[in-house]
Amino acid sequence: MSIAAKANALWEYANPRKFLATSERVLPFFWITSMFCIALGLVWGFFFTPDDYKQGSTVKIIYLHVPAALMAINCWLMMLVTSLIWLVRRHHVSALAARAAAPIGIVMTLIALVTGAIWGQPMWGTWWAWDPRLTSFLILFLFYLGYVALWEAIEDPDTAADLTSVLCLVGSVFAILSRYAVNFWNQGLHQGASVLRAGAVTGTDTEEKVSNIFFYPLLVCIIGFVLLFVALVLYRTGTEIRARRIKALLARERVGG
Amino acid sequence: MIPDLGKYTDTVLTSYAASIVLLAALIVFSVLRGRKVRAEMEKVEQRMTRNG
Repeated sequence: MSIAAKANALWEYANPRKFLATSERVLPFFWITSMFCIALGLVWGFFFTPDDYKQGSTVKIIYLHVPAALMAINCWLMMLVTSLIWLVRRHHVSALAARAAAPIGIVMTLIALVTGAIWGQPMWGTWWAWDPRLTSFLILFLFYLGYVALWEAIEDPDTAADLTSVLCLVGSVFAILSRYAVNFWNQGLHQGASVLRAGAVTGTDTEEKVSNIFFYPLLVCIIGFVLLFVALVLYRTGTEIRARRIKALLARERVGG
Repeated sequence: MIPDLGKYTDTVLTSYAASIVLLAALIVFSVLRGRKVRAEMEKVEQRMTRNG
C-alpha cells in the first residue's frame, strides 16, 4: 500500500462506527500496558533508585512530575491537530477527540503544577515563583479550563467545535512556550531540559543531565503516561460520540412525534 | 517497606498521594460517565426501535 493510500485509510476512522469498533478492540491493550508501565516505573523509581546527591529523596518526584508535564503539553498539541482537522475537513470525531482530551490535559497540568510546587518548596525555598516556565504552565492550565468552559457554554455542537478550535490555536502559543520558555528567557528558577534532550541522553553534550539510574525508570513512567493518555482519549472520545448520538436520536424523536 | 526518605518524607509522599488521587479520579470519572452514557444510548435506541 502506498503512503497516499495509507493516509487515505486513516480517514476511515472519521466514521464514528469504525472509530468505536476499532477503539473497543485496542482499548484493553492500552489500559493494561499503561497500568503495567506506570506501576513498574513508579515502583522501580520509588524503591530501587538512590537519592540524588543534591536533591536527596525529592528526586523521586521526577517520575510523576516530568511525565505529567510532558503529557500536559503534548495533549494540547494533539488537540491542536484534531482541531485543525475539524476546521479543514469537518470530521466530527476529530472535534470530539479534542473535547475528550481537554480534561486529561487539565489533570496532567494540575499534577505538574502541584508536584512542582511541592518539589520547589524545599529546593527553591518557595512554593511558587513567577518564573517563565511556571507562569506559562499556569496560563496553559487556564487555557484548558477556558476550553472546557467554552464547550459547555455553547449549545450548538458545531459552533462550539469551531470556537474551541480557534481557542486551541491561540492557546498553542502557551503550550509551546511551556516547553521552550527556559530557552527563550534565560532566567528563573526552573532548570532547562535535562531529560529528553538528545545530547543529554547520549552523553554527547556537557550540560547537566539526568543520570541513567534515574532516566530508565523515568522512561518507563513516560511510556506508561503516553499509553494511559491514548487509552483515556480513545475511551472518552467513544463516550462523546455516544453522547452526540443520544442528542441526535432525541432530536429525531421530538421531530417525529 | 517504605525506603528511608530522610527529611523529605512528607514532600515525596504528598507528591505521590496527590498525583495518584488525581489520576485515579480522572480514570474513575471517565469510566463512570462512559458507562452512564452507553446505558442511556442503549435505552434510547431500544425505545426508538419499539416505537418504529
